Amino acid sequence: MPGNPTRRDMPETTIIGRAHAGSGLNDMVLAVARKRSRSAFALLFNYFAPRLKSYLMRLGADAGLAEELVQDVMLQVWHRAETFDPAQANASTWIFTIARNKRIDAVRRERRPEIDLTDPALVPEPVEAADRTLEVGQENARLNAAIGSLPNEQAELLRLAYYEDKPHSTISAERGIPLGTVKSRLRLAVDRLRRLLREGQ
Amino acid sequence: MIRNPTHHPDREMLLDYADGSLGEPAALVVATHLAFCPGCRQQVADLEAIGGAFLEEEEPFPVSADCLPGLLARLDEPAGAAAAPLPGAARRSEAADLTYLPEPLRSYIGMPLSALPWQPLLEGIDEVDLGVGRPPMRTRLIRVAAGTVFPRHGHTGMELNLVLAGGYHDPRGSFQRGDVVVDDPSINHSPVADLRESCVCLSVTDAPLCLVEGPACFLKPSIRS
Repeated sequence: MPGNPTRRDMPETTIIGRAHAGSGLNDMVLAVARKRSRSAFALLFNYFAPRLKSYLMRLGADAGLAEELVQDVMLQVWHRAETFDPAQANASTWIFTIARNKRIDAVRRERRPEIDLTDPALVPEPVEAADRTLEVGQENARLNAAIGSLPNEQAELLRLAYYEDKPHSTISAERGIPLGTVKSRLRLAVDRLRRLLREGQ
Repeated sequence: MIRNPTHHPDREMLLDYADGSLGEPAALVVATHLAFCPGCRQQVADLEAIGGAFLEEEEPFPVSADCLPGLLARLDEPAGAAAAPLPGAARRSEAADLTYLPEPLRSYIGMPLSALPWQPLLEGIDEVDLGVGRPPMRTRLIRVAAGTVFPRHGHTGMELNLVLAGGYHDPRGSFQRGDVVVDDPSINHSPVADLRESCVCLSVTDAPLCLVEGPACFLKPSIRS
């Protein structure tokens, strides 16, 4: 079952068990933010560290570097927890973006230009868009199910996009799939997931 | 009046931005466009949520036994290098002069547009190199005086433009603040800056532009090394 912790990597965390995939993770980040809770932090570590390590190694880091980066990511989770806003993104998404940016910084030695949502110069959302983040705790469970329902060739390409540090034009050349096909498959996959995200609300 | 952009990065570029594979110069264009464009912001948020879902799906790879204890011992250290720079009070007060440009571009430039060391490029056209990206990639601000006709040119590679102020048009349409325009080798044009004010663009190129008539490429060929 994707998304569920296995006994091997997280013996201490069975108490939160299946609540993980939903708002449980969000609550733990909030506990770190509000109470500086080390036990909540340890639970987050037990869930995310092995997954982050796997993600970073898939993107080419060796085990040593991956573990170093995992520590950097989790330190940032600790120090920046008060900036976590479950109305913007759930915990997994927030931590994914931290890991993505740390990796760009460490491996590519580039800065990562990021939008600043508190910037007064930002053009604001239209008012009607504000209701989108309902049930954000359920979002990933729904997304995981939606990804599981994609045709294999779409799901595989979408994974590759997240797991390869190259634009998908390069992926196309390497996989021997015409660029137009890569683009249309990715487009179909993304459109479908976005539609399912909207419908679920 | 706020007008939302009508020309956007294509969905593939938003995906490359969200999954982290887009290089810094193009990512700077996309991220700055996001500040102008709530719709693309939403798309990127959705794409990042897909990244979050994939992270949950990852097959866990065990970390070494001393990883967590080592980390717990470091929690009381000052944030220092671990935390990315916060949008702090200092930057906020500078923003008074710089509100014209949104983040992240504002921090990359660090001064008002008028204070930049503009270099003349062609009649009525100035540029500043921002030094982002590795050659032959170039990231520049280009300022074109109101009403100036840009000499007809072709593209030997890709050019990615984000309109920051003013606007311009070519046969494809009119491009205004926040719009992203991609010029590839199939594009041969002579864009014209709108009359009301200077047009300023953030421009990323991976190869020189070439004048169709006239001496040759007007961007120093040496950048191709």
